[in-house]
Amino acid sequence: MEGTVLKIEKFSAFFGENQVLKEVSLSIPQNRITAIMGPSGCGKTTLIRCINRMHELIPDARVSGKIFLDHEDIYATDPIIVRRQIGMVFQKPNPFPMMSIYDNVIAGYNLNGIRLAKDEKDRIVEGSLRKAALWEEVKEALYRRGTFLSGGQQQRLCIARALAMGPAVLLLDEPTSALDPKATSYIEELIVQLKDTVSIILVTHNMAQAARVSDFAAFVYLGELVEFGPSGSMFTAPKDKRTEAYLTGKFG
Amino acid sequence: MKEPSIRRRILYDKLFKIIVVLITFCSILPMFFILFFITSKGISVISWRFLTQLPKPVGEIGGGILNAIIGTLMLVGIGMAFSVPVGILAGIFLSEGRKGKLASLTRLCVETLQGVPSIVIGIIAYIWLVVSMGSFSALSGGVALGLMMLPVIITATEQTLKLIPGSLKEASLALGVSYSRTILKVILPAGMSGIVTGILLSIARVAGETAPLLFTAFGSPFMNFNVLKPINSLPLMIFNYATSPYPEWHTLAWGASFILIILVLGLNLFTKIVTKRWKVQF
Repeated sequence: MEGTVLKIEKFSAFFGENQVLKEVSLSIPQNRITAIMGPSGCGKTTLIRCINRMHELIPDARVSGKIFLDHEDIYATDPIIVRRQIGMVFQKPNPFPMMSIYDNVIAGYNLNGIRLAKDEKDRIVEGSLRKAALWEEVKEALYRRGTFLSGGQQQRLCIARALAMGPAVLLLDEPTSALDPKATSYIEELIVQLKDTVSIILVTHNMAQAARVSDFAAFVYLGELVEFGPSGSMFTAPKDKRTEAYLTGKFG
Repeated sequence: MKEPSIRRRILYDKLFKIIVVLITFCSILPMFFILFFITSKGISVISWRFLTQLPKPVGEIGGGILNAIIGTLMLVGIGMAFSVPVGILAGIFLSEGRKGKLASLTRLCVETLQGVPSIVIGIIAYIWLVVSMGSFSALSGGVALGLMMLPVIITATEQTLKLIPGSLKEASLALGVSYSRTILKVILPAGMSGIVTGILLSIARVAGETAPLLFTAFGSPFMNFNVLKPINSLPLMIFNYATSPYPEWHTLAWGASFILIILVLGLNLFTKIVTKRWKVQF
C-alpha cells in the first residue's frame, strides 16, 4: 500500500521570459526514494527548488500550477513553514563555518529562535547524527568546527542538520557530485537507510546512482517530465524513446 | 641561446630585486623617522601624572592630558554609536540588493562622502548641530567623526558580505529560517572579522582628526562628561598647544602626539589580530 507524500500538479516555472518547467505533474511516493534524472539544464534542480520554494531567491522567478504536501498547498503556506517540513541538502556541502558540529546540527532550532532544553537538544543532535551515520565518527569532537570534517563527512553533517528538523520530505540536490567515490558510496548507503524515516527526492545526473538507490525514477528533459515509474522497469524497459536514448548514453 | 645573454638577464634580475627592496625600504623610512622623532620628543613627558591629570594654566609646571584622552574616547564612542549600526545596515543593503536605483545612489553617496574633506564635514556638523543647539558640544564633534567613519564601515561591510558564499544563505533559508534571522545570525557572524576590521580602521582614521573638531567639539581645558558641552580631544589639544607661544606646552603637545600615535598603532595591531583570530574559513 503506497501513499503519496507530495503531489505536483501541472507545475510550470519561469525565469523571466524563459520557461524552465513545462506543466510537470508528478506524485512522490511516501518513504521511497524518487530519483529525478536528466541532462544538465533540463530543469531538474529547478523542480526540487520549487518544492521548498528556494527558487524564490531568484528575483524574476515565477511559477504556475500547484504542489501539495499532505494535501496542503505549498504555495498557500508561508515558505518558512514549508522549508521546515521539506529539508534540503545541496550539491556542495555547506555547513555553517562559524559553528561547531553540535551547533550545526541544532542550527535549524537555534536560528529559528526555538528554545529547547539542553537534554532535548542533546537527544536531537545524537539522533540526527546517528541517522546520518556520522555519530560514531564525530561523537568525540562535537564542539569542533564543522569545517574540520572531510567533504563526505560535511555532507553527512548537512544531512543530519536537515534531519534534525524532522522533515516529511528530504530534497537531495546532486548530493555526491562534489565527493570522491568512497564518500559517495557512504552517502548512497545512507540514503537507502533513511527512507524509513523520510521520503527522499534525489536529483542526480549520475544514472548509475539513480539505478543503485532509487525506487522510482523520473526523467526530465527540456523542462518536460518525459517518464515516471518504478526504477526497475524504467532502467530495463523505458517507455519513451528519449528516456531510452538518455539511458543508453546517446546524449546527456 | 648564447652564454652572455643569459648572464645579462640574471644580472638584470638581481638588479631588479635590489631596486624593489631598496625602494620599499625608502617608503617605510619616513614612518620610522616620524615614530623616532615623536618618541624621542614625547617620551620624556610621559608619566603616570601626565596620563591622569588635567591640564594646568599657563605658568604652572606639569599638567596632564586626561581630559583629552577621555574626550577622544567619548567623541569616537559617539561617532560609533550612530555610524556602526547605520554603516552595517547600509552595507547589508548594498551587498544584498546589488542592483536597483537606491543601491547605486547609495554607492555614489558613500564614495562622495569618502571624498569630502574633513573640514567640510566639520562645517556641516557645525551648521546642523552647533548652530541649531546654540553651543559647541561633544555631540556635534562625535557626529562629525561618525560621518567620516560611515563610508569606511559601509564599504568594509559590503565587501566582506559579498565574499560570503551564497550557499551559506541557502543553507539557512532551507532550514526554514527567516530572511532577517538568516542575515543577523548567519551572514553577519560569518563576516564579523571583516566588519570589525572595518570599524577599527575607521576609528584609526578619525582618532587623529583635528579639522572637523575645531568648530564642533571645540576643545576645553576642563574635564567634561556632558555630551552637550565642549570637550577636549588629543588632536585638538596638540593643535592648541603646538600653536601656543609657551615652550612647556610644546613639550606637552609632543607627549600628546606620542600617546595618539600609540593609540592608533595599537588599534592597527589589534585589527590585525582580529582579522586573523576571527577569520571564518569557508
